[in-house]
Amino acid sequence: MASLAKSRDFHRLSPVWNVTFNLIAGLFSLACVFPFLFVMILSFTDEKTLARNGYSLFPEKWSLAAYEYIFKAGDQLLRSYGVTIFVTVVGTALSLIFISLFAYAISRRSFKYRTYFAFFAFFTMLFNGGLVPTYIVTTKMLGLQNSIWALILPLTVNAFYIMIMRTFFSTMIPDAIIESGKIDGAGEFGIFFRLVVPLALPGLATIALFSTLGYWNDWFNALLYIEDPSIVPLQSMLMRIENSMQFILQNTNNPSLGMGVLQSMPQDTSRMAMVVLATGPIVLAYPFFQRYFIQGLTVGAVKE
Amino acid sequence: MKALGRHLKDINRNKAMLLMVLPASLWFICFSYLPMLGTIISFKEYRFSGSFLSSIINSKWVGFDNFKFLFRTDDAYIITRNTILYNAVFIFIGLVLAVAMAIVLSEIANKRLAKWYQTGMFMPYFLSWVIVGYFVYSFLSYDRGMINKIAVALGADPTQWYSEPKYWPLIIVLVFLWKSLGYNSVIYLAAIMGIDKSLYEAAMIDGANKWQQIRNITLPMLTPLMTILTLLAIGRIFYADFGLFYQVTRDSGTLYSVTNVIDTYVYRGLKTTGEIGMSTAAGLYQSFVGFVLVITSNSIVRRFNKDNALF
Repeated sequence: MASLAKSRDFHRLSPVWNVTFNLIAGLFSLACVFPFLFVMILSFTDEKTLARNGYSLFPEKWSLAAYEYIFKAGDQLLRSYGVTIFVTVVGTALSLIFISLFAYAISRRSFKYRTYFAFFAFFTMLFNGGLVPTYIVTTKMLGLQNSIWALILPLTVNAFYIMIMRTFFSTMIPDAIIESGKIDGAGEFGIFFRLVVPLALPGLATIALFSTLGYWNDWFNALLYIEDPSIVPLQSMLMRIENSMQFILQNTNNPSLGMGVLQSMPQDTSRMAMVVLATGPIVLAYPFFQRYFIQGLTVGAVKE
Repeated sequence: MKALGRHLKDINRNKAMLLMVLPASLWFICFSYLPMLGTIISFKEYRFSGSFLSSIINSKWVGFDNFKFLFRTDDAYIITRNTILYNAVFIFIGLVLAVAMAIVLSEIANKRLAKWYQTGMFMPYFLSWVIVGYFVYSFLSYDRGMINKIAVALGADPTQWYSEPKYWPLIIVLVFLWKSLGYNSVIYLAAIMGIDKSLYEAAMIDGANKWQQIRNITLPMLTPLMTILTLLAIGRIFYADFGLFYQVTRDSGTLYSVTNVIDTYVYRGLKTTGEIGMSTAAGLYQSFVGFVLVITSNSIVRRFNKDNALF
């Protein structure tokens, strides 16, 4: 970075252009973050103020009521949080295992059928059966309607990630390592788990992050397959409360809360508070992980 | 017999590797290849009876009737037009702005500030369309939204945004750019950072100014990446982003003329209107044209430059 800064010095932009460039990038960057800040302000606004003045950046009266209500009445939020965490953890683990094993095998020159299996995966990037047949297979044949596996399995494998990992294995893992494992008498699985996986951790981390993000943000599979409120994930819950606040009371175990609570509930601000609670973890975490995403995006853009 | 023996021997020798590809292969069969087989139902009058396979076999064969019905409606034209036009605009404007933004970020003198800008504009990439739908609603809501509030403050009438089709092509393009520009420019920025600095130093010595450097070094060096990413996007021009057209528009029926795309049409055929045959036909139409497009655009690029082709 130091050498870069130095080499930039002697062909710097003129000050006017530098300010212009800063403004362009800075304003767009602000525009990207602004809606989140706006929704956050709305979630801390007093419901009556909001009803009177509409959505405002500078509310007359602040309030924590939305968050208080959510934690008092919103068993559904906790429930959905749990579902999303479970789906994300199990799904990402399965993804990593399925993808890395397959990618490793097709990256090995000693595997006789590697080209067949590489094509088997690659072809799914070119052609697919479409939504309706996929839906019918998933519900009628695999019987996953209203099952938590309908949130996990459809996203487990992805030919694109397999191609990324194959490139990673074939460029980053020296053959000598594998040969040394063979000489030591290790089996193929032993070589993979003890020698290859530790070396492949940066690549695996990238896939794990993409996968985590995919599961955390998924609502489409819930829209297709899930009706049972007890296994509705976070994003899907946000979709449903858009239509009815009733939804967040469906799972409540507190008998003293009923329709009365629903009426007195700060509806608009609670919705916004849920948006904040659902996106919070990602917004806080992504700045620390973004370089892995960039790595993955750039590796993915360069073919083998 | 001898050949069979050799095959068995090969399989035995590769059994560890075959075991490794087994889980993902089963997944591909269930979630990719069986649905491909299932596209047969677009040539049938689908009736559910018993298991998946027996329903497919027992449904009545109707040839191309589903396709005929589909293309006789206005829908086929509207969804094809919307899908292609939106994607064409996304690809073109997206490319120009992403490369421009990457160059802007790379030229900013204060590297720490540039890093902050980059982090900020990368954020929308990490948010789901459901969340983006809420964001857009906070601006466009009729009685509480920020835009109508500003309009009223300026003396104009509030607008029913979610039932006025004429505004939506612009809104959709803006929301798309808002969400994707940051991460696309990050990809190009990474490529710019990878350009050999001595090229710029040599250009400096030859007296090239900043703009000449950008035009004659940066842009040509980015061309392979631009080609590959654009090619990938053209191959997918028949696929729309379902979330953008479903969540951001709040599935508003009055907007369908400008927001209905192939993906939303197929979804509604499956879940709302129950036209399984036509819906599957539309899906197969999408996959088939998409397949032809990927192969064609790839072979065109191959002819010009083998290294830029995908396969």
